[in-house]
Amino acid sequence: MTNPMSSGSDPVIRVEGLVKHFGDVVALDGIDLQVERGTVFGLLGPNGAGKTTAVRILTTILSADAGHATVLGIDVARDPQAVRERIGLAGQYAAVDENLTGRENLRLIGQLTHLPKSTYVPRADQLLEQFGLTHAADRPARTYSGGMRRRLDLGAALVHRPPVLFLDEPTTGLDPASRNDLWVVIQELVADGTTVLLTTQYLEEADRLADLIAVIDGGKKIAQGTAPELKATMGATIVEITMATPEAAVQARGRLQPVGVVEADYDGRTLRVNIGEGARGVLDVARVLEEADLVPDAFTVREPTLDDVFLQLTGHRTDEPGDHPTPDPGDHPTPDAGPDVPATSEEGAA
Amino acid sequence: MTAAQMTAAPIPGATATASRPPIGWAIHDSLAIARRNLISLTRQPQLIVFSTIQPVIFVLLFTYVFGGAISVPGFDYVDYLMPGIFCQTVVFGAINTGIGLSDDLQKGLIERFRSLPMARSAVLAGRTAADLVRNVFVVLLMLAVGYAVGFRIHTNVFGLLAGIGILLLFAFSMTWIFAIVGLKAKDPETAQAMSFPILAPLVFASSAFVSTSTMPGWLQVFANHQPVTAAVNATRALMLGGPTTEYVLQSLAWSIGIVVVFAPFAIRTYRRAA
Repeated sequence: MTNPMSSGSDPVIRVEGLVKHFGDVVALDGIDLQVERGTVFGLLGPNGAGKTTAVRILTTILSADAGHATVLGIDVARDPQAVRERIGLAGQYAAVDENLTGRENLRLIGQLTHLPKSTYVPRADQLLEQFGLTHAADRPARTYSGGMRRRLDLGAALVHRPPVLFLDEPTTGLDPASRNDLWVVIQELVADGTTVLLTTQYLEEADRLADLIAVIDGGKKIAQGTAPELKATMGATIVEITMATPEAAVQARGRLQPVGVVEADYDGRTLRVNIGEGARGVLDVARVLEEADLVPDAFTVREPTLDDVFLQLTGHRTDEPGDHPTPDPGDHPTPDAGPDVPATSEEGAA
Repeated sequence: MTAAQMTAAPIPGATATASRPPIGWAIHDSLAIARRNLISLTRQPQLIVFSTIQPVIFVLLFTYVFGGAISVPGFDYVDYLMPGIFCQTVVFGAINTGIGLSDDLQKGLIERFRSLPMARSAVLAGRTAADLVRNVFVVLLMLAVGYAVGFRIHTNVFGLLAGIGILLLFAFSMTWIFAIVGLKAKDPETAQAMSFPILAPLVFASSAFVSTSTMPGWLQVFANHQPVTAAVNATRALMLGGPTTEYVLQSLAWSIGIVVVFAPFAIRTYRRAA
């Protein structure tokens, strides 16, 4: 085994053929990942894809059934204690003690990571300052807003200055303003050289934060690339049109084939056209429909979403069972963790 | 390269930690968790008020309402009653151990603790230690309440202290049972609901409030051979006088036996939970 410090080019996180079953359910079906030093790696996928299971194995909370994972060159199964000393974990359930104040929560983590008091007391104050929580430092965390709790949770993951940080759906359930605040905080961390593995259901979040994105579904990696690369596979823009009748949709589909990749949607009346070039393609779609005298009920132009990536890569939407219709119990550690799929998917179920 | 060498490598985040032998860290971490649980408790005054008012109501109910109708030969009823109330209070208090653990599990705190380089034993040890401190407070409070309604120690200060010791050890053993309930329950409400049916027969079909000799024969068999009766009889003998050795040994055997059986079970459940 190589010294993790002497070989700066080695990946900080290396995952090979990771497999995890929960009873008959396959949560991870042979995942390979490599995260380079000082980068943000985004694990993108719907609920039940296996994201949380992967994070739990890498953070030594769960053990894998097969495969191999190292963090900073240290095997997570063979020397979990050494891994724990070097990682931080912030989860989607804002794991702070709500009866303790913000300051007490951070100091507790300082004690439990075995820092000397002379280190963790000023460190707690510094983190409260950094995350804009100084004014609320001596209030119980139960009085915090959702965004404040997530910031405190993130602060708790950073008390012992871990060089590797795991963020499991850091903004799920937050309002857009709080989400944006948290993104700024995470970007600042990355600028300081921390290596981050981030899981998310939001393409926008992966796009904003991650240098490299792996799309996973049913416990398997189905694509990997930078955000621009993944979007390029989709076409830059999507035109979604809804016709009055399924018959009109069939007609329109035939006419639109030369313009871009056309997919018919769940209700039989909606078509989505992936067009390579923005404005030009939109005009082409409109012109073709005009010439055929096919006037749609709705006509929407938008950026590709995670849903589109999924439809393209897997042939099913994020909330539909596909080839791997098995939920990942690891993604539902508590009963209140209901499905939290992107809002557009709700229409698919309707 | 060995793990020990790797730990010594100058990786940020691992260098700043102080050095201490593992057992030292286990105690350090358990105390940190115990302290956290006690702070948390003081921030929930409704919990403290609720869990102390209930036994006070029992004292008043049995002393002034039912007490007149209950006669126990050789005792003032209030003297007979109070050791039973002490025991009932600490046993019902053990439900809070399970509720607290279940809450930590549901909120994701246990998950975070598992990702930290802290001692694995500290979450359970810290929780049961904090509950032991809480029980000291509860027993002292109930002693004061008992004194106010006429309860008097008939032995001496050693009997009193030994009686308190029996109660605390028994309470400690019960916290391990309810730790398991808390780790198995899917939420704190379920933990509470699951606990009562376990506790009610133990507490009420015991010598806590009445002599077991007044019960039907089949119930006596159970009531005379269960841990609450053993703890109540030992406490009563130590505080009021009479032969103590057999009762004390019975209670010690129950308490130690429960810890020996249920603590490893609780630890195994903890390792598999979350």
